[in-house]
Amino acid sequence: MNMLLSQTVEKTKKIKNKALLLSTALLLSTTSITQVQAQELDIQVTNLTQGIHFTPILIAAHDGDTKLFKSGEMASMALQMMAEGGDISALSAMLTTADKAENPAMGLLAPATSTSAMLSTMDSNMYLSVVAMMLPTNDGFIGLNSWKIPSEAGTYSFTINAYDAGTEANDEMITGGGAPGAAGIPAAPGMNAGTGGTGVTMTEDNAYVHIHRGSLGDDDLTGGKSDLDNTVHRWLNPVARITVTVN
Amino acid sequence: MISINKKLALSALTTLILSACGGSSSTSTMMPIEVPDPMFTYSYQVTVTNLTYAQPMSPVALILHNEGQLWTVGEMASIALENLAESGDNSDVLAESMVLSGQGGAGLLLPGMSEVVDVSYTFTDVNNAPMMFSLATMLVNTNDAFTGVNALEINNLAIGESISLTTSSYDSGTEKNSELMATIPGPAGGGTGEGFNAERDDIDKVTMHSGIVSVDDGLMVSALTQAHRFDNPTLAIMVTRTE
Repeated sequence: MNMLLSQTVEKTKKIKNKALLLSTALLLSTTSITQVQAQELDIQVTNLTQGIHFTPILIAAHDGDTKLFKSGEMASMALQMMAEGGDISALSAMLTTADKAENPAMGLLAPATSTSAMLSTMDSNMYLSVVAMMLPTNDGFIGLNSWKIPSEAGTYSFTINAYDAGTEANDEMITGGGAPGAAGIPAAPGMNAGTGGTGVTMTEDNAYVHIHRGSLGDDDLTGGKSDLDNTVHRWLNPVARITVTVN
Repeated sequence: MISINKKLALSALTTLILSACGGSSSTSTMMPIEVPDPMFTYSYQVTVTNLTYAQPMSPVALILHNEGQLWTVGEMASIALENLAESGDNSDVLAESMVLSGQGGAGLLLPGMSEVVDVSYTFTDVNNAPMMFSLATMLVNTNDAFTGVNALEINNLAIGESISLTTSSYDSGTEKNSELMATIPGPAGGGTGEGFNAERDDIDKVTMHSGIVSVDDGLMVSALTQAHRFDNPTLAIMVTRTE
């Protein structure tokens, strides 16, 4: 195995960190995979966008069978409630054995700001997931799905993307509709949206969770198709940075 | 690094011994000899590729440093970064106090093109090897978009080893994304678009860039067209340690 490792490293000539990770992984697999101890985590979420707010964030460490969402599958009602209205209570209630941190920002997480939470995880909760609705969108959310929590102490940082729950047409009309099944966007917290849009689309043909195609917006604050401002409410992936410190 | 160090030390030692023994045997006193400080040079070859369709990149700024960051998401852009992101002028970034060694690109890096830039740092204290590499460049057909690498750790890079990565694009937050012709310094602004302006009329925090809208996608006042739209990533970069 050592020879295999050194050959692999020699061959790829990649970053040393990668080799380190590989050797760590091999070491772990040969020693004590079953002896994973309860972990103390610090988790920071940074909103990387210029004009999108995040509603209350749900952070959960859970077992390998639990999923808050899955790309290519239909959203659960609990996920739909989060993605359309920012309500994480049903998702949280579903997580009976998970370790979780709810709403660390105590409300909205504004663009270009960060929030953090501490999490003590049980032995069996080896996967981390993070979700929060993006405002103003119809059913867009930031998503981290079942990231394997490293057993080695250290700081791990990565970015995540915007998803569409596939449960509501992206009409981009700010109507206050936040309940599951109610059309429209609940609110534009940045206060720079318009009114009088006729609706970008009235259908949601892809009913599965998918990467969000982004908002369209327009340059007419009192009309046009969208109530969103195309110079303010668009985004490109990635939309959030997650920094996990394993203590 | 260690092997060079040993060789240098060895040759210095040899010189000492030789000069001490090689002299006349008539005297037993050893003359003090000036041993010059050993010099170390770390060199990096950086290949930068512009991945966009129609966003020329301003002359890149490459720096080696041991502390600091060129930008932090959520914090205000430095004036040096604002200047680079609004006008494409890299001189202030290259002159930042944290810079151990800096190197500018030869000129505009056009879409689809690659450029190889070398940057080196020579030092005497073995503990002063450069730890971090940063790079910044403006997407010139925008108000204040830039892309680059922020404090990439290179301290473990052995000679001949490389790190490859792609970069996302950021908004310096210092100029509203009006896309008006008069505000775009690149060719899409007709050559007369304004560059640096110390006024900060945007959110004054660095974030990821939302992309440009363009006249073809619903911003009637925009000087930009569908061709200037971009998605992440915008640069491919390979850093190879050569010495």
